[in-house]
Formats: sequence, structure tokens, C-alpha cells
Amino acid sequence: MTKLPPWADLVLVPVISLILAGFFSALVILAIGQSPLEAWTVVWTGAVGSAYGWGYTLYYATSFMFTGLAVTVAFHASLFNIGGEGQAQLGGLGVALVLLALPWPHWTLALPAAMAGAALFGAAWAAIPAWLQATRGSHIVITTIMFNYIAAAFLIFMLVDVLRPAGSMDPTSARFPEGAHLPAFNEIPGLNLIFTKGVPANVTFFVALAACVLVWLLLWRTRLGYEIRAFGKSESAARYAGINAVRITMITMLISGGLAGMMAINNVMGESERLLQNAAEGAGFIGIAVALMGRNHPLGVLLAAILFGFLYQGGAELGLWTSIPIELRIVVQGLVILFTGALDMMVRMMLAPLFRARREAVA
Amino acid sequence: MDYGTLLQILDSTLRLATPLLLACLAGLFSERSGIFDIGLEGKMLAAAMSAGTVAFLTGSVWIGLLAGIGASIIFAAIHGVASITFRGNQLISGVALNFVASGITVLIAQTLFGQGGRTPPLEGAARFNAITLPFAEALKDVPVIGPLYHEVISGHGAMVYAALLCVPLTWWVLFRTRFGLRLRAVGENPESVDTAGISVVRLRYTAVIITGILCGMAGAYLSTGLQAGFGKEMTAGRGYIALAALIFAKWRPWHALYACLLFGFLQALALRPDVIGGLAGFKVPVPLLDALPYILTVIVLAGFVGKAIPPRAGGEPYVKER
Repeated sequence: MTKLPPWADLVLVPVISLILAGFFSALVILAIGQSPLEAWTVVWTGAVGSAYGWGYTLYYATSFMFTGLAVTVAFHASLFNIGGEGQAQLGGLGVALVLLALPWPHWTLALPAAMAGAALFGAAWAAIPAWLQATRGSHIVITTIMFNYIAAAFLIFMLVDVLRPAGSMDPTSARFPEGAHLPAFNEIPGLNLIFTKGVPANVTFFVALAACVLVWLLLWRTRLGYEIRAFGKSESAARYAGINAVRITMITMLISGGLAGMMAINNVMGESERLLQNAAEGAGFIGIAVALMGRNHPLGVLLAAILFGFLYQGGAELGLWTSIPIELRIVVQGLVILFTGALDMMVRMMLAPLFRARREAVA
Repeated sequence: MDYGTLLQILDSTLRLATPLLLACLAGLFSERSGIFDIGLEGKMLAAAMSAGTVAFLTGSVWIGLLAGIGASIIFAAIHGVASITFRGNQLISGVALNFVASGITVLIAQTLFGQGGRTPPLEGAARFNAITLPFAEALKDVPVIGPLYHEVISGHGAMVYAALLCVPLTWWVLFRTRFGLRLRAVGENPESVDTAGISVVRLRYTAVIITGILCGMAGAYLSTGLQAGFGKEMTAGRGYIALAALIFAKWRPWHALYACLLFGFLQALALRPDVIGGLAGFKVPVPLLDALPYILTVIVLAGFVGKAIPPRAGGEPYVKER
């Protein structure tokens, strides 16, 4: 098959996949008797038409950056981590345990501690599937799916039987101490000139940006990153070069789980300020779409996370202002994963004749 | 726990095991042919919505069943196109289709009925109603066996018996027919099948469509048999439990039956916390029971209960040599 030039591979293929996903989403909207144009207007104005909309879009994008990076890191070692959802849930538990343990005086102290708790719990949840994959050959896709369900059951148990304050009926933890409150965009000097209304986007956004840079440094500027990528390209070649497969699998999955867990500082610490049931709300799964769309590069993940934040906030607005159910965003998410992840060969096959024709014309 | 309670639990075990069994056998065909399918969940959900909707509109459960199978086959065909024709990543395709199904079922049900993504309740001929097996009434008073026959074995909808019949049928197709031999071969070593002049693509498409039919039956049973109507996300992870059962059964039909009965039993127990509390002598948290099928699967996957080795060519797209 004709090999596409790098720019087509990196930019053209994802963009065409996205257009295809958009086209089929429009068909779905038409099929349920609504107007795609009207839907698009609501999505656009709701998500990026105001600072308030941006405050939500960037809030969602922050979560998706963490889970997208988690999937990305694992993908580079040829590990498909579908367990981001469970790892993010456990990260939430880590955050809650840390924040409820002490009367935190100030968020600058609470944030690093909560980050450590989130990453530790997320990583621990990824550790068992990783260990089973590395030493017992159990397929990590299946084990991480199982661990998502185990995590959900475990969290229900923790919330109902352990963390629920005495006398409360709701399966939620107690509210975190005042001092653990993370500044939202409307409370940060400078930014509060733009974000005048209360928005959920908070300082975690900057932590997520830093995480993008750190993951890039890790993967392409360190020895460990080289080993991860070499292992992902060819396990046998990596073994032959003296790379320890068990060690790389474990480290990669621990980093991946830690990143997914860190998402909890955005939603649990930054937004709800107590641990709710199903706090991750599917963001762990969206990480898969974000990583695929972003072509497993931190910069791509950043852009894809903002795109999905846009879709998520826009989808919520649709549910609010039109008779199109909010579930449309799950359909769009599925279509994006389908076209960018599973049918990208189709797009390549469609493009190949064009480039072949051009090459022949040049030659 | 008295005999009557045991019978009640066994009765719901059989009902809860049915969708698992159908989906598990569905996965068996696909995976034996070398196509991983984590989209069982989505296919079941699409079928449940479609069957519930059509059964309500036509008042016939059988037309509903056909509609359910049709919806499931559409999803199966997309998975086939992505993973066979375009050699895409089968896991990603499965994940994607699960999302599409999860959203689109609510979208359609909400548009048609406007009841928050549910279909209206089904009744009468729009559901699978209980079939009383011969002599069930007559044998009712025979000690021990009589109530067992009357309560547990008799009195289910047609789909429960169909699912049970699918087990020997699957075994026969897989191990006693030429098609089955080829199907198993294409999942282990597609090159050899190709060398013998048999189309790998065609075999795999056939397997994927059979998966669609069985998932369609599983989904239709959920909305027209187990419950009376479709509800949002009503599969509740059953597609993944079926996948777990498939691994537990090491891709063998009879073992699939045992695994699904076991997981069905666990689900039936989870509905009766009073019984477990009485048996264990302390309060067993219900979430633990919910998680048990998944925990068991992980233990099996870890190879502590014999090693589960999937079909060798599973997940690998086949590229014909030129």
C-alpha cells in the first residue's frame, strides 16, 4: 500500500476521520428529527461562545488531558489501558482519604498531598493488571475492564459503609475542609477579569498542562521513555536489547494509572469538593478517544482534550436547551473512536490513490 | 436456607444466566474465528432497545425478537467491516461500538416515546411468557424432584430453553461439522485455511454475523423476557460478564454453560442479601457480590485455576499473501 507522507498521517487522517464522525453524527441528529445546524449553533455558543462556556469546556478538558495521557503512555508500550475509569475512581478515593485526614490550612499544601494520594491510588489500581500481564500473560484489556467494575463496586462499598458521615442518607463522603478549596478560574487574580461568573475550571488545568510537558519529556527525552517506546515497537527486540519486559510493563502501567488517578484533583478536589458515586463520569473512557484522536502525542492529546471538552460542554447545553438528549455526546464520542481508531485504515485507503496519482505526476 | 428459598434462587439463576449464556456463545463464535469482540455489550443493548420498541409497536414479541436480531447484526457487521475488511484494531472497534450503542439507544427511545429513554411497559403477547412444561402440574407434589421440576425447570419463557438448546447446538457445529473445523482453524492459523483454498474473510464474516444473531437474542430477552421493556443501560455490564464467562470457560461451549450458570447464580444471590447474611452469619456487602464475577475472572485470567489460552490468531487482522 502507498505510504502517506508524514503530514498527511499526522494531520489529514485525523481531520478526515473527525469530519466523517461529524457527518454521521449529523445524520443521527437528522434521523431523530432535529436540525444538525441548530444543534451545532447550541453546541458552539454553549461551549465556546462565552467565558462561562469556556470555564466548563476547559474543566472537562483538564480531566480528559489526564486520562488521555494515561492511555497515551500505555499505548507507547503497546498496552491498551481501558482501566482509566476505574483508576480515576480510585484516584478520587485517594484524594478523599488525604483531604479528610487533616484539617488542611491552605490549598498549596493540600494540592501536592492530594496529587500524591490520587496518583498512588490510581497507580495501585493499575498495578495488579500490569503485574498479571507481565508475569502471567493475562490480557490487560480484559483485566482492566474487570477492574473498572471491581472499582465501581468497591467505591459503592466505601461510600455507603465507610466514608458516609453518620446520619447522612446520600452515599457521598463528608465535605472536604475549607482550606483544601482549589481556586477556580474566577478566583485567580488576572483570570477573574475574563471569568466573571463561577466556573468549575480550576488550577488543576495548569497541572494538566505541566503533565503534558512532562509526559513528552518522559517519552522522548529520557532513557526510560526510549525503553517504553522500544518495548512497544517490538517486545522481542527490546528483550534482546536487554530491556526487562516485566519492569517496563509495570512502570508504564503505574505511570498510566497514576495519571488517570490524578484526574481526581480536577473533579473531586476542584469541583465537587467531596467524593461522589461515579465521580469520573466516563472521563476514563474518553481518554481512549482523546489518545487516539491526538495520535498518542501530548500536544495532540492537549488539542483533542479541548475538542472533547467542547463536545462535552456543548452536549450538556444540548440536553439543557433543546429536545436532543444529552446522550448524543456518547454517540459522537463512539463515532470519533470508531473512525479515528478502528477505521483509520479505511481513510488511508481512500487517500492512498490521491497521493499515488500526485507522486506519479511529479515523477 | 430452606428448600423453597433455594428453589427460588435457582429459578432466578436460570433466568439471569440466559442472557449471559447467549452472549457468551455469541462471543465464542467470534473469538474462535479470531475476531475479538468486546462489543457484546453494545450489541445486546441495541437489540434490547430495538426488540422492546418493535414488540411494543406491533404487540408481537416474535417480531420484536427479529428486530432485535436485526439491530445486533448491523452492529456486528460494522465490527466485521472495521476488523476484517479494514484490518482495524478489534478492541478499539468494540469499545467504539459500545459507546455508539449506549448513546443511540437512549436517543431513539427518547425520540419515539419521550419517557426518559425507556420504552413503554410491555404486556401480553409483546413479552416472552412462561411456558409450563408437560406434567409440571401433575408432578408438583412429588417430594424433592416435583417442586424442582415445577419451580425451577418449568415455567420460563421460550428464550431460556432456546439458550439452553444453543449449547449442544454450538458444540455440534463447532466440533462435528466441517464449518466448525474451519472456524476453529481460522482462529488458530488462518494461513493454513487460506492455503487450503477456503476464504478467511468469508469464514470470519460468517462467525461475526452468528455473533450478531446470538447477541440479538440475548438483548431481546432482556427487554421482552427478563424485564418488561427497555431501560437505559439495561445490559448493566452483562456483555462483559459474558466475556468473562467465555474466558472462564476457556472458549468451550459446555463450560460456557457452567460458567454462565455460576455467574447467574452469583447475580441471583446478590438480589437476596437476606439469604447470604443468614448463611454467612455476618452482613456480606452487596457490592462484593456484584464484583464477584469480575474478581473470579481475574483469578482465572491469572492462571491460578488452569491457564486460559485464547485462540492463537485472535485479534490479528489477516493479510492475504500476494
